[in-house]
Amino acid sequence: MNPALRLLATIGTASEDAFSYTGGLAQLFGRSVFVLFRSPLKHGRNLNRAIHQAMLGGVGAIPIISLIAFFIGVIMALQGAYELQRLGALQLVASLVAISITRELGPLITAIVVIGRSGSAFAAEIATMRVTEELDALETMALNPIAFLVSPKFLAMAFMLPCLVVWADLMGVLGGSFFGVIGANFTFGSYMAATRDALSLRDVMTGLVKSVVFGLVITAVGCQEGFSTGAGAEEVGKSTTRAVVISIFLVVLVDLIFTALFYVTHGGA
Amino acid sequence: MTDSPAISVKALRVQFGEREVLHGIDLDIRRGETVVILGGSGSGKSTLLRTMVGLEKPHSGSVRVNGIDLASAGPKEFDIVRKKIGLSFQNGALIGSLTVGENIALPLLEHTNLNASTIEVMVRIKIEQVGLTGFENYSPSQLSGGMRKRAAFARAMAMDPEILFFDEPSAGLDPIMAAGIDNLILNMKEAYAMTMVVVTHELASAFLIADRIVVLDRGSIVAAGPAKELRESTHPRVRQFLDRVPDSEDDDDVDHLRLYTEGSVAKS
Repeated sequence: MNPALRLLATIGTASEDAFSYTGGLAQLFGRSVFVLFRSPLKHGRNLNRAIHQAMLGGVGAIPIISLIAFFIGVIMALQGAYELQRLGALQLVASLVAISITRELGPLITAIVVIGRSGSAFAAEIATMRVTEELDALETMALNPIAFLVSPKFLAMAFMLPCLVVWADLMGVLGGSFFGVIGANFTFGSYMAATRDALSLRDVMTGLVKSVVFGLVITAVGCQEGFSTGAGAEEVGKSTTRAVVISIFLVVLVDLIFTALFYVTHGGA
Repeated sequence: MTDSPAISVKALRVQFGEREVLHGIDLDIRRGETVVILGGSGSGKSTLLRTMVGLEKPHSGSVRVNGIDLASAGPKEFDIVRKKIGLSFQNGALIGSLTVGENIALPLLEHTNLNASTIEVMVRIKIEQVGLTGFENYSPSQLSGGMRKRAAFARAMAMDPEILFFDEPSAGLDPIMAAGIDNLILNMKEAYAMTMVVVTHELASAFLIADRIVVLDRGSIVAAGPAKELRESTHPRVRQFLDRVPDSEDDDDVDHLRLYTEGSVAKS
């Protein structure tokens, strides 16, 4: 075959696979929302399962997210101060840290930590249940695996991701203030005042909107990979790895799309 | 309705990809009857069981459970059928994140409006029936293989099903534990007079618990009848199975290849 045609065919097949995969994720999300609202009597139990997932994936992630976000805040302040000092604008370090953390790094770092902790766990849990016939057992008991396993995870992640992002934003700013107080002649109060002046509500909101979508993407990919696993322990490992890699890629892609949208809709602000 | 069979399988063919594993199975199971599906590894007996509970789709033919054709049933009809059956999986398939008690309570919580205390009492009764009193709060991973199977029985029994399926109930257990499981099935049979379908390759178990034995070989039924009749069968494959005569090495190789050769089983 002509190399150009072969390349075109490869691109075509890859695009078809990508659309098909994304369609599968959307279908999983749609079915989860449908079963969530179909049976009001089961809301209480679904909520309990969602709270359990939120505790595992959300509250359990607070220590590691706090630490990483704090360090990222310090790193951003250090990197920023290096350049700003040369321009004699060291006082802008608080603005730099605040904007970069709330708009971009807070949501992204949070999403990556949640992928590592929860996205992989979702894939491993469901894949193991597939291998040990637990999913079949649910079906033979007339229990919908999506209602039982997936809907609570979507609910938990859609709620917990924004909460974690707010926390990560706060810890990142605290990290920046740590450098600000030690290395840039700020007091803690003046650093926080500078941060408050630099931020608008929109900065925080863009991060929060993105984080809800990140939560949905992480859950959809983790569960999808779990359901589509093959037989045996090795396949469980492969599904988990795929869930992490695909989630990171899709989170960055979604981030790019949202950032571009915000840029266009707000006149390049 | 009462005279109609609990399960009616007609000309059932099941394929995985191009490979056909069940070649036109016909089988009626009467209400209250205990049928043992006997066969060697790879004979298709587990596939037949999975098709009878709707976990595999027929390629052609039909499986009717309580008069409902599973091939054409919608989700609601499937739910109606599944609320009236119980399946005890080979390795238990208990939900690992729930305790034994929670596993047994799960179908009751999801499908009934019983209050928590009634469900608790029902769980205790089921656990007592399978001899696992005191293990309600254990997680499945803390149980031995035999105990997991017993817990799976209790869960399968939770909704007081009309039809109970067992997949290899005594496989992988020591003879004493296996005898205990057989007794459990016999006790259930006496106590509830429910329809039971047991898939196994354990001859002793099969002859002990069966009203009727169906022998499956390479995806086809080669013999069926009461246990006594089966013992006297002259069918070469049945005799080979009952007398525990190994395949010749050539046959072994052909069988092994057949597993991997798509479509070839259909012609055997």
